[in-house]
Order: sequence, then C-alpha cells, then structure tokens
Amino acid sequence: MPAPLYLSLSAVLFALGTVGVLVRRSALIVFMSVELMLNAVNLTFVTFARLRGGVDGQVLVFFVLVVAAAEVVIGLAIIVNIFRARETVDVDDVDLLRG
Amino acid sequence: MEAVLFAITAVLGVAGGVGVIAARQPVHSALGLLLALLSLAVDYLLLDAQFVAVLQVIIYAGAIVVLFVFIIMLLRATGDAPRARTAVPPRAAAALGAVLAAALLAAALTVRTEPGGVGADYGTVEQVGRALFGPYALPFEAASIVLVVGMIGAVALGKRAQAIAVAPARAAPGVRAQDAPASRLAAGGAGEPEG
Repeated sequence: MPAPLYLSLSAVLFALGTVGVLVRRSALIVFMSVELMLNAVNLTFVTFARLRGGVDGQVLVFFVLVVAAAEVVIGLAIIVNIFRARETVDVDDVDLLRG
Repeated sequence: MEAVLFAITAVLGVAGGVGVIAARQPVHSALGLLLALLSLAVDYLLLDAQFVAVLQVIIYAGAIVVLFVFIIMLLRATGDAPRARTAVPPRAAAALGAVLAAALLAAALTVRTEPGGVGADYGTVEQVGRALFGPYALPFEAASIVLVVGMIGAVALGKRAQAIAVAPARAAPGVRAQDAPASRLAAGGAGEPEG
C-alpha cells in the first residue's frame, strides 16, 4: 500500500474541487466542488491514519463528516432562500455586498 | 489485487471529479459527485478503514447527494447561463488548478514512510467507537450540538425564508422578485446615507 499514491489522488481531487469553485457560477455546483475538496482531505486523513497505525485520523474524518452534513443542510437552505428571492442561483448575480 | 482496485477507483474518482466541474446539467454534476464519493469509499476499504467507508456510503452518498438532487429538482436548476465575461477566466482557473495540483503532488511524493502492519480490529466500529467515546468524548458531544444547531437553523431558514431573504426586495412595494436589478437599485438607494 504505497501512501504517496493515495495522497496523489487526494491532491488531484482537491485541485479539481478548487477549479470547480473558481469556474462554475451555479451556487449548487460550487457547493458540490467544496464537498469534493472536503473528501480529498478526508482521504488524506485516512491515509495518514493508516501510516501511523492509529485511528485518530479516522475520528477526525467522522468530525469532518458531521460538519459537512450540517454545512450542506444550512448551505442548501440558504441557496433555496436566495432562489426564492432572486430566481437565480448564479453566484455572480448575488452581489449586493459589492462595494 | 490492491493495486488494480486502487487504479480503478483512482480513475473513477478523477472522472467523477471532472464530471462535477465540467457537466452542463447540475444533475450530471451530482452523479459525478456520487461516483467520486463511492470510489473514495472503496479507497477507505483498501486503507483498512471499514467504519469510515460505511459512513461515507451512508452519509455522503446516501444523505448528502440525495439532498443535492432534491434541491436541484426543487429549483429546476439548469446549467450556467452563457455569459461573455466570467469573474475568473476558465484558462486562468485551470492554470491555477494545475499549479495547486503540482504543488500538492510534490508534497505527496515526499512521503517516504511505509505503513506497518495493523491488527485485524484496525478501523472497525469497535475501535473507532472506543476512541470516539474515550479520548474524543467532548468533541463528540460538540458534534452533536453542531448537528442540532444545523437542524434548527435549516428549519428556521425554511420557515422565515420570505422574511429574511426578500427583505431588500420588499422594501419597495410592488417590486417583484423577477425585477432583481431594479430592486437592487432601490435597495442600494435606500441604504445610502442622506448627507
């Protein structure tokens, strides 16, 4: 089990998520890209947990899962509210705070 | 065997990731996310993390992706509208992503530690559960509070959707949600100080 392979997969997925956040304008897809980045980090946690032979990394993955679940629930509720108010989920159209 | 499985999951995972960011229809993005999440679950199994693999399938693939699909259905969301200018040019974003991937890969390839053997009970529900309820008992309780607050927040946001989100548009009576630019102007004008 070569650890660098798993870490490389994690790196590629994280970079893909970053590109998704930057190029997509639909708030839903930006959100999915963030989930992809969270999962890439989870893979890193599990890989290092296996390297060290302890389960602390897996416990951290559990907490990341909990926070991701709460984040998705709140985030999607906010997206639905934005859609109700503006009929769009395009992040470039929601710029009330722009100076 | 393990190398073959890893190669398959790596290809599927990267394909799913590309699908998330490249698909035109949000539903296809959600399916790409599902593909990436499931192949990551197989990777967790390869890393002897059974409990995390099961959590991944139940919570991520089961709950979170279904939630995304529900919202896509609810909003009847379509892809990005075509637009002349985007905030970040796709080429620049792709270059940035390539640089980030190269940096992370370079860091990943410096890891020289070889994994040692682990006992048969490594990564089982029992072992992770003992860690969760032993040294991590306090963070575990905090996690339950996070979940409860998330639930209450979602209910509150869902109930008071009109009151919260439409506040600027409602400031000017008669302004419909469809006239977003007009309502934005009205809200901006009302918000500015007089002097």
